[in-house]
Amino acid sequence: MATDFTPLVANGAQLKAALRKNKAKQKRKAFLLVAPLLAFILVGFCLPILDMLSRSAENQLIVKNLPRTISALGEWQASSDNLPGEKAFIAIAEDLQIAQKLSRATQLGQRINYELSGTASLFRKSGRKIENLIPLAKESSYKETLLNFDQKWGEVELWRVIKRLSKPIIPDYYLAALDLKRDMQSNSIDLLPSDERIYLGLFARTILISLSITLMTLLLGFPIALLIARLPARQGNLLLVLVLLPFWTSLLVRTTSWIVLLQQQGVVNDILVAVGLIGDDARLRMIYNTTGTVIAMTHILLPFMVLPLYSVMKTISPSYLRAAISLGAHPISAFWKVYFPNTIPGIGAGAIMVFVLAIGYYITPELVGGRTGVFISNRIAYHISSSLNWGLAAALGAALLVLVVTIYWLYDKIVGIDNIKLG
Amino acid sequence: MSRNTIIALVVVAIVAIVGVNYLTKDKEMMAPKEAKEANLVIVSWGGAYSDSQQNAYHKPYMEKYPQVKIINDDSSNEAVPKMRAMSEAGNVTWDLVDVVAADAIRACDDGLAVEVDVNSVLAKAPDGTKASKDFGDLLVSPCFIPQIVYSTTFGYRTDLVSEPMTSVCDVFDLQKFPGKRSLEKRPINNLEWALLCDGVDEDDIYDVLGDKEGVARALAKLDTIKSEIIWWSKGAETPQRLADGEVVVGSTYNGRLFSLIEEKKQPVAMLWDWQVFDLDGWIIPKGGKNEEAVLHYLNFATDTQRLADQAKYISYGPARKSSAPLVGKHATLGIDMAPHMPTDPRNAKNVLLFNFEFWADKRDEIDEQFQSWLAK
Repeated sequence: MATDFTPLVANGAQLKAALRKNKAKQKRKAFLLVAPLLAFILVGFCLPILDMLSRSAENQLIVKNLPRTISALGEWQASSDNLPGEKAFIAIAEDLQIAQKLSRATQLGQRINYELSGTASLFRKSGRKIENLIPLAKESSYKETLLNFDQKWGEVELWRVIKRLSKPIIPDYYLAALDLKRDMQSNSIDLLPSDERIYLGLFARTILISLSITLMTLLLGFPIALLIARLPARQGNLLLVLVLLPFWTSLLVRTTSWIVLLQQQGVVNDILVAVGLIGDDARLRMIYNTTGTVIAMTHILLPFMVLPLYSVMKTISPSYLRAAISLGAHPISAFWKVYFPNTIPGIGAGAIMVFVLAIGYYITPELVGGRTGVFISNRIAYHISSSLNWGLAAALGAALLVLVVTIYWLYDKIVGIDNIKLG
Repeated sequence: MSRNTIIALVVVAIVAIVGVNYLTKDKEMMAPKEAKEANLVIVSWGGAYSDSQQNAYHKPYMEKYPQVKIINDDSSNEAVPKMRAMSEAGNVTWDLVDVVAADAIRACDDGLAVEVDVNSVLAKAPDGTKASKDFGDLLVSPCFIPQIVYSTTFGYRTDLVSEPMTSVCDVFDLQKFPGKRSLEKRPINNLEWALLCDGVDEDDIYDVLGDKEGVARALAKLDTIKSEIIWWSKGAETPQRLADGEVVVGSTYNGRLFSLIEEKKQPVAMLWDWQVFDLDGWIIPKGGKNEEAVLHYLNFATDTQRLADQAKYISYGPARKSSAPLVGKHATLGIDMAPHMPTDPRNAKNVLLFNFEFWADKRDEIDEQFQSWLAK
């Protein structure tokens, strides 16, 4: 009998191989299980984002449609105050002629118009007339003909801009997103004059307001979570449902109700006036400004703070506190030194969730933010749907992404990301 | 040459020939005689405006031609970016889109919309006037078929002012008319009004706005009431604020104010002074799948009677000259609509026309200055 027995695994090496095989099989199975989700995320999430981000630097429109002009401008010095020579004017006429046939002339003009206003109409007009202009130009000179047709062709700045945009990959959208501009004359990168700066201030404001919203949700959410965690399961669950209730109402309804409550002729002001706390001529401004955004968004994002806090608090054994107090600690110091440190993972998780959600919020600031309570995302939306400057929108989006990742990294350095717990 | 290569070459050649033929085929653009069976996706603004189109155009058309089904899509406020995305993705699912003139010009420039030969597609006026003449200079883009003239103008609370407001400059007068104002959060219109009230002549407005100092001058005028302005971005915000008494005066589209005053009976009156005319109308997205059916519908929906009918439901002026005498009473309120039209001579004493070319060129630059001013 014993001689017939051949062990499945004869030695260590075979055992390892068998284990590895088994493990690989399990890994394959696991991978197949997550494959649908992975594919979905790749196709539905990563690819569109990458596509959008790639617009922030690509410049195919100009490079593909103005190839002759770009090569004709090769020797021309952008820092000089002289117009480029006849060659460049011949080239732009030919490029325009082809672009007009493909109905791209105005699109080109629109693109350059982002950098130099007036170009949209220049390209539209010239594109429509280019077929008539070229025979004229052949008799005399292209430069004269175009300059006679519209003197904007004689602006050196226009040619500087075209030269600046002559590479397939350009940094200009990113520079614009940071209120910077490349000056071709002096070949330097400068900050825009103060009456044209928009984005730096908006980024700072977005971060500041998001931070205050996070702080507000923490101040309001902590006691609620504490209460729910301490109550018997039945009442606790009821309160939890109340916390979740706002999720079941439309975001727009919630935002609009804040307008009804907070406006100067609104419910809160009416009550304050009726009680005599404030005069009728001194009604408080609580909406269409930063305050409005902070209040409305704190309300909307509160559940995202309460839930992680609650689930972490639920796991803290009440005996810790009892032990501390029985050992002689004052209740406050017991809470502060024993209970509170245990809730930090929940605070971390809640704070990160609220902050990240807040920083990209769009519709609520748009409705209640007025002039001082709007976010960078409102400008991104503007560039996507109104100005159609998708390149700049993509660059602003990328900048926001970098900002969020940086803050996440800072958080990891200071607090430690392992410290986050959802329950 | 292997067989596969030959087959591949033949396929490429066929595709190329068909493709070139397709591209170069001169398609005669005419409204077809018969309505084909089709589902038309028609995009518009939603709300009261879509209802007026439903009543004046869609319903009678579908009754007459039951083989056509019209599907409404309320995406007009994002029409151009969506059309651009559809065109990039090569899947255009819309057949007809209602947009303001500036968007139509934009879409046409970008090659997103089809150019329409107005005289062969659209119906003549009852007296035989060609469509191109009947619409006249409202045909601001070769892709655009105007439906209505609307205006952006002010409404004010009659019970919150000491005397009726008569001039747009009253909006800038905090002494005489204290209280909050509701203005649109964009430079267009606001800068024009500011300059008019800063003493600039109507004819010089766009010369002044042409450089940064001019824009700064307009913004300085707005600065005098900046603390009292509540900004709006959706057309419904001003009527709501007027109804709540949150603002004393505010700008919005005249049709919104009409419904606030006549339908909701709020104590609000119109301040037509220096209203800004703008146009709204149809464009056909390039690459749509029902072009013939759309042309047939357009021929019907933009004829003289249909445009006049729309004014029964909403107080916007029909774009055809021949429709004006046919404008009658409101369908449910029974009041005469003519005095509520922005184009009525009594309302149109001082009028600005939306300057498409200027804003197409300058909007991005001026918007930067405006936003920067807002943030201060």
